[in-house]
Amino acid sequence: MPVAELAGRQVHVNEEGFLTEFDEWDKELAKVLATNIGIEMTDEHWKLIEWLREDFKAQGETATTRRLQTAGGFAVKDQFSLFPKKPGKKMSYIAGLPKPHGCV
Amino acid sequence: MTATAIAPTIVPNFDDDSNEGRKIAFICSKGNLDMAYPALILANAALGEGIETHIFFTFWGFDMIMKNRMNDLQFSPAGNAAMHLPIGDIHLPQSLAPMPGMTAMATKMLKKQIADLDIPEVPDFLDQIVAAGGHLWACQLSADMNSVSEADLREDMDGIINASDFIEMTNGAQVIFI
Repeated sequence: MPVAELAGRQVHVNEEGFLTEFDEWDKELAKVLATNIGIEMTDEHWKLIEWLREDFKAQGETATTRRLQTAGGFAVKDQFSLFPKKPGKKMSYIAGLPKPHGCV
Repeated sequence: MTATAIAPTIVPNFDDDSNEGRKIAFICSKGNLDMAYPALILANAALGEGIETHIFFTFWGFDMIMKNRMNDLQFSPAGNAAMHLPIGDIHLPQSLAPMPGMTAMATKMLKKQIADLDIPEVPDFLDQIVAAGGHLWACQLSADMNSVSEADLREDMDGIINASDFIEMTNGAQVIFI
C-alpha cells in the first residue's frame, strides 16, 4: 500500500487515494480530503461523515446511499446535494472509509 | 530500517470527464416482480455515478407505476426453468408451477429475500431514484390502450410521452430494454 503525505503527515492510502487505515483519520485530515475533491465542509457534511464512521465501526462496511437514508435518516436528496454527482464515493473518501460495496 | 517511499498525493478523479454528457435509459416493459428490479438497481447505480438517468415504462411495465398496482407486483415460477426449490437445490417441476397458491408463495419468498438485503420495495425504490435525480416517463400508447391517465400514475412521473419523444430524448444515450 502506498503512503501519502496529507495534512502534514504520512497516511496509508490505496491506489485510488482512499485511506486504508481507519485510525489514521481525523477531522483535520478529512478537511484536506474534502478540499482535494472540491467540497467545503459544513455542519451538515460533518454530521453525515461522522455517522458513516460510527456505522462503519459497528457494521464493518461502508453504508450505502440506501442505508444512510433508512438507518441514518439522511435523505437521498440531501446526500446528492451535499456530495454532488457521486455521493457514495465522495462521502467514503472524506470519511476515510472504503467505497460502499453494496449495490443498493 | 528501510525508508518508506512516499507516493505523491493521489486524489481520486470523481468528476471523470468521460461521464460528462453520458446518459442512460431503461425501458421497463415487464410487470413481474422479478423483472422490475434489474432496471431499478442499475438506474440507482447510474445515478450514484453522476449519470443522467431515465426510465421509460411501457406495456406491462405500467404495473410498476400505477398507484393501484405498484404495491402488488407478483412473481410466478411458471415458465421459469431456473426456479429451484429452497431445499436440495432441485428444479421446481414445471407441472407444479401453475398450481394454486404457487405464485403467492413464490412472491412472498422473493419479497423476503429482497427485504433481507435492505433492497426497497418497488414504489420505495422509485422514490429513491427520483430523489437521486432520476426521470420517470410513461408510454403514451400503453396509457391509451389501458385508458390510463396521469391521475392513475405516481405523482412524480415526468410525463406521458410517445415513442418519438423517447427516441428524441435518448439521443446519445445507452438504452437498455428489460
